[in-house]
Amino acid sequence: MVGLRATQEMLPEPKLGESMSHTAVGTEAYLAAHQALASALPAAGISWLDRSRKSARDQFGEMGFPTTRDEQWKYTNVRSITRQAFALPPADSLSIDRALVDNAIVPGMDTYRLVFADGILVPQLSHCDDLPEGVTVTGLANVLRTDSAHLEGIFGKVLREPTHGFNAMNSAFVCDGAFVEIGPGVVMDRPLELLFISATGGEGMLALPRNLVLLRAGSQATLHERYISASPARCLTNAVSEVLIEEDAKLHLGRLQEESERSFHIGGLFAEVGRNACLTTNVVTLGGALVRNDLAVNLNEEGAEVRLHGLYVAHGRQHVDNHTQVFHNRPGTTSNECYKGILNGHARAVFRGHILVQPDAQKTDAVQNNHNLLLSPNAEVDTMPQLEIYADDVKCAHGASVGQLEEDAIFYLRSRGVGEMEAKQMLTRGFAAEVLEELEPPPLREYLQDRIDRLMELAK
Amino acid sequence: MLTIHELKVQVDGKTILNGLNLEVRPGEVHAIMGPNGSGKSTLANVIAGRDGYEVTSGVVTYQGNDLLELAPEERARQGIFLAFQYPVEIPGVANVYLLKEALNTVRKSRGEDELDAMDFLKLVREKLQLLEMKEEFLYRSVNEGFSGGEKKRNEIFQMAILEPKLAVLDETDSGLDIDALKVVANGVNALRSPDRGIVLITHYQRLLDYIVPDYVHVLADGQVVRSGDRSLAVELEERGYGWIEGHAGDVAGAQAG
Repeated sequence: MVGLRATQEMLPEPKLGESMSHTAVGTEAYLAAHQALASALPAAGISWLDRSRKSARDQFGEMGFPTTRDEQWKYTNVRSITRQAFALPPADSLSIDRALVDNAIVPGMDTYRLVFADGILVPQLSHCDDLPEGVTVTGLANVLRTDSAHLEGIFGKVLREPTHGFNAMNSAFVCDGAFVEIGPGVVMDRPLELLFISATGGEGMLALPRNLVLLRAGSQATLHERYISASPARCLTNAVSEVLIEEDAKLHLGRLQEESERSFHIGGLFAEVGRNACLTTNVVTLGGALVRNDLAVNLNEEGAEVRLHGLYVAHGRQHVDNHTQVFHNRPGTTSNECYKGILNGHARAVFRGHILVQPDAQKTDAVQNNHNLLLSPNAEVDTMPQLEIYADDVKCAHGASVGQLEEDAIFYLRSRGVGEMEAKQMLTRGFAAEVLEELEPPPLREYLQDRIDRLMELAK
Repeated sequence: MLTIHELKVQVDGKTILNGLNLEVRPGEVHAIMGPNGSGKSTLANVIAGRDGYEVTSGVVTYQGNDLLELAPEERARQGIFLAFQYPVEIPGVANVYLLKEALNTVRKSRGEDELDAMDFLKLVREKLQLLEMKEEFLYRSVNEGFSGGEKKRNEIFQMAILEPKLAVLDETDSGLDIDALKVVANGVNALRSPDRGIVLITHYQRLLDYIVPDYVHVLADGQVVRSGDRSLAVELEERGYGWIEGHAGDVAGAQAG
C-alpha cells in the first residue's frame, strides 16, 4: 500500500474560520489527493482500471458533494461531512488489536471472515481457510494486482454511473475492499462476514471500501457487511458494494452499521438480480452521526426477486437516510420491501423508496412498506414512497406510517402485570422483530436485539 | 374482596357511572347486565385501571385497600384480571412470551418462584387443552390476525394461566358462535372456586345459560337498578331492557348485599 501515506499531507487541514463556511472542504482537496496518489493506487497502470478511475474522478469533480438543492438529498445536509478533511490511512497504520475483532464476534455465529482496517484488508486477522471449492474470498486490491483481467468488464458493471459525488469518489480511488465469488452451484456452508473497522487510525480517517460480490448460477450464500468503529474518533466511511447475482442463485446480504455516534457513513449497495434468482437484504443502522444508505436493485430477468428489509434505530442527534430503488426491468419480477425505524431524542430519519416498473415488466409484484415509531416528541421522519409504473398488468402496494406506541397496547400489557417501562420495551421489540426475524442466522437476531435494547436503555 | 360504594365516573366530562354500588365476595359469580351505554364497560375499565376515566366520587376497595390508588400492573399483580371486550393486537410479541412475562411477574409479587421452562410448558399445554386451542397459538403474535372468537378464547386462556383472584369479563360472549361460547364458558367454569370472584359483563342472557351466576345486576344510567338471582336475567330476556330503563333512579332495595 505504498504511497497512500502521502494523502495525509496532500489534504489541507481545515483552517479556523473556514470550517464554518458552507463547503469548507470541497472536492478540490480530494481531487488534488487523487492526482498525487493516482500512480500509487493498487494496480495503477492497468489501462481499463486507470480509465475507470479517471472517469470517476472527472465525474466526482463535476458532481461535487451533494447539497440539499438536490432532490435526492433534500432532507440530508452533508455540511457536517464537508466541514473537515478526511484522509486515507497511511500504510503503516494497519496494526490493529485482535481484541477488537474478538469483541465484535457475534456469539454462536461461526463465519468466514475478512477484516478491514479503515477500508484496507488485514490478512492476519482474516480467516478464510477451508472455503468450499469454487469460492474465492479475498481483498479486491489483491485481485486487481494479480488477476485484473478477471475483473475487466465485471468491475463497475453494476454501478455503471455514480449516483452522487460520494460514490464517484469511491470509484475514483478504488483502494481495497472485498472480492467474493461463489462458483456455479456452490452452496456456502457458513456465512461470510466482512468486518470493516473504522477509526483505527484516530481522527479524520477516510475509509473507502469497495466490494465486489459475484454469485454464479445456482449458488447460495449468506454474507454480512459489518461496520464498527475502533474508537469514537470522527471518521468517514464511504463504501460501495457491487453485487451480481446470476440465474437461480440466492444471496442473503446483511449490512449492519454499528459505528460510533461521531462517525459519518455513506453506504452504497448496487445489485443486479438474474433469472429466478433471489436477493434478500437486511440493512440495519444503529450507529453513526450521519448515515446515508443508497440501495439500488435491478431485476433484469424474468423471475428475479428481491426482498429488502431495513431497520434504523436512532437517538440523540443521529441522522439516518435510507434511499432504496427497485427497478423492475423484465416481466414477472417481484420485490417486497419493509423498512422500519425507531427514533428517540432529536433523531431524524429519511426514507425514500423508489419503485420503477418498466413498460415491459408486466406481472410485476411489488410491495413496499415503511413504518416509523417515534419515542420522543422531538424525533422526526420524512418518508417518501415513490412508485413509477409504466406497465398496466402489475400488482403494486405501498404503505407508510409514522406513529407512537399505542396507549391501548401499553394498557393491555400493564393489565397483565407487565410494568409500564417493560411494556414499552416489549412493544418496541415487537416493532423491530418483523425486520430482525428476517436475519440469518438466528444468533445475529439475538445479538442485534440486545444491542438495540442497550441503545434504548441509553436513550432513556 | 371488591367493594364499590357510590362510585361516580366521568369520561370527557360526561357522567357515565352515577353512584354505583357493588359487593363481590370470594367464590361469587356476579353478572352485570344492561343496555348499551349503561356504563358496563366503564365499570370494567375502572376496575382494571385504564386511563381516561375520572373518578369524581365514591370508593373502590379491593382486599381491604383502596384500589384506585394502584397502577394497572399493580392491580394485575394483586390478582385482578380483565378479559377485554376488544383484545389488542400486539405484532411481534409472541403469545407465549407475554404469558411467561406476565405469569412470572404475577408469581413474583405473590412471593412465588418463577416457573422453570418445563413446568411453564406443562401448565400452558394443560390450559391450551382446556380452551381447545392448538399449540401454534403460543408462537403467534398476541391476537394478531386472530378471529374474533380466537381473541376471546385467548383472553380466557391468559386468565386460566394467571389464575386471578378477581376476574372481570367484559362482553366475552359477544361475537362468539355457540360452540365457541361453550368452550369459553367451560374455561370460566373451570376457574370457579371458593376463593375467586368473577364479574361477568354481558348484554345477553345467553352466556348465563352456561355460566350460572349467583347474582344478576342490571345497570342503567350508571347505576345498579335491579339486583336478583338468575331469574332476573330470564325476566330481562323476556321483557327487554325497556322494562328496566323506565325505573332508572329507583335504586332502593336494588343492592344484592
